[in-house]
Amino acid sequence: MTTAAFAPQDLSKRVAPATALRNTVTLAWRNLVQIKHNPMELLDLSIQPIMFVLLFAYVFGPAMEGSVEAYLPIVIPGIIAQNALFAGMSTGFGLNTDITKGVFDRFRSLPIARSAPLAGRIIADTVKQAWSMTVLLLVGIAIGFRVETNVLALLTAFALLLAFAILFSWTSVYIAMKVNEPEKVQIFGFVVIFPLSFLSTAFIKSTHGIPGPVAYIMDNSPVTHLVEALRGLLVGGPVLEHAWISLAWGMGISLVFAPLSLRAFKQRA
Amino acid sequence: MTYAIQAESLEKRFGETQALAGVSLTAQPGTVLGVLGPNGAGKTTMTRILATLIEPTGGTAEVGGFDVVKEAHKVRQLIGLTGQYAGVDEMLTGTENLILIGRLLGLSRKAARTRAAELLERFQLTEAAERAAKTYSGGMRRRLDLAASLVGRPQILFLDEPTTGLDPRSRGGLWDIVRGLTDDGVTVLLTTQYLEEADQLADDIIVIDHGRVIAHGTSDMLKAQVGGQVLEVRPVKESDGDTAARIVGELAEAVPEVRDGLISAPIGDPELMPAVVRRLDDAGVAVGELSLRKSSLDEVFFALTGHHTDDIDAEAGEPARSTDKAQSTDKEGASA
Repeated sequence: MTTAAFAPQDLSKRVAPATALRNTVTLAWRNLVQIKHNPMELLDLSIQPIMFVLLFAYVFGPAMEGSVEAYLPIVIPGIIAQNALFAGMSTGFGLNTDITKGVFDRFRSLPIARSAPLAGRIIADTVKQAWSMTVLLLVGIAIGFRVETNVLALLTAFALLLAFAILFSWTSVYIAMKVNEPEKVQIFGFVVIFPLSFLSTAFIKSTHGIPGPVAYIMDNSPVTHLVEALRGLLVGGPVLEHAWISLAWGMGISLVFAPLSLRAFKQRA
Repeated sequence: MTYAIQAESLEKRFGETQALAGVSLTAQPGTVLGVLGPNGAGKTTMTRILATLIEPTGGTAEVGGFDVVKEAHKVRQLIGLTGQYAGVDEMLTGTENLILIGRLLGLSRKAARTRAAELLERFQLTEAAERAAKTYSGGMRRRLDLAASLVGRPQILFLDEPTTGLDPRSRGGLWDIVRGLTDDGVTVLLTTQYLEEADQLADDIIVIDHGRVIAHGTSDMLKAQVGGQVLEVRPVKESDGDTAARIVGELAEAVPEVRDGLISAPIGDPELMPAVVRRLDDAGVAVGELSLRKSSLDEVFFALTGHHTDDIDAEAGEPARSTDKAQSTDKEGASA
């Protein structure tokens, strides 16, 4: 018997930080290279936002603000925020697919950083989010929307949106850990995000005239704060307070759902 | 250090369910250890613990001489895992799947590409290399999955029901691959529901049931224990059933089982067949059906535990199924 086969070997004790970073980049590449084989996904990332912009602007614009042009500064930031929430569900969808298909087990049996599969996915999803926001802005500009501020404010808008989206996506990670089919992540996301995005000022100028309790919820929704901050950054108006409150909400959400997700994952494994 | 894999009283509890109730096993370097058991026996749970995916709630295990909990990172540098579901990214091509693993294991871009081409060639996937894995057949996926677990040249390989759901031809192909691996000195732990598979591949077999090891030995030892083959007799007239059963029982030196008029008994010696025919003829029993076949897993279980595998499922009911939450692929396995 070859006892020498398992004599102490030259193995590393833990994952070095540089290795962890490389693992994460490799796994982000893996999630992005999928687009190459499935160009439909890119279309998927673009069509819903474009449809929403056109429908809202041309159907509701004249009724809400008297004209399409007057409604665009209100609705474009709103749709950008709403789209980011929906797109956040894809993190959970992809994660659940990996888990149910066994891909996640393969990754976890490799000597790579434990955080890399999730971190890689989040980075890839953030790239996709940035793409969607760019498409939305371009479509908006094509039909008359104008960024009234400066480049720095525009970049800050991107940064704020992406930060909020990453923090918020922990909710979809948690759902992904709790359900047994990827489709359920989507259903659950729809049921939560649809009302969440509409119970805000995403599509309206103010909550004036809305019954008290409903207006209260809308005024204090994290989505409202995110939308107001984006409006400030894109077309002018107060930014700082809304930005901090929306980020505080994001932090709160991730502080609750990240540990819950880890616990759910351990139970599930 | 003599063992490639060594487990001592492994236990795993999922809430109320005891998936593993103290499993001990050892595997010598360069051999195949077969783990035989029905759905819900705890095979996948055990594999997942040894492959560092989950931690046991009791007991210890060492793989390649390293503790699977305390030195999990070292264990991961030695092992390869092929789970019940093919753990490949369906959206990526065969080549990309293998490059991905190579890159994660620290190979350079070029080295990862070379290694991928090498493995695709070895597993006859070169033609499909640039196609997305979702277009692959079941057998091709399993081969790609196995290739993925070999990118890092593991010394110890875990194969969890690698052939469940495959057609006989693909199964035979996979068996050849596994045999080739042990020639290279790889230690393999293979779980299966098929006695034949364990018989074909494993140097050593453990049979597990309800999270416990109920038998351990070489294939020949187990067969000797349960009878290598099964004799089946169906008399033309039902009224001859008792006479036929008595004759079969005497010759097989075992209590025959009668199900819907079919009398079956394990026999160790196939030479008994002519004697059975003669005795039945002498007794004037007209035989409608007479056959000799290999023991099935069910019969191994019957011989070892006194109950059938389907009884196990029925008895344990819900808990048995939830035991294998981790084995959520059971649906696939059961239909195979």
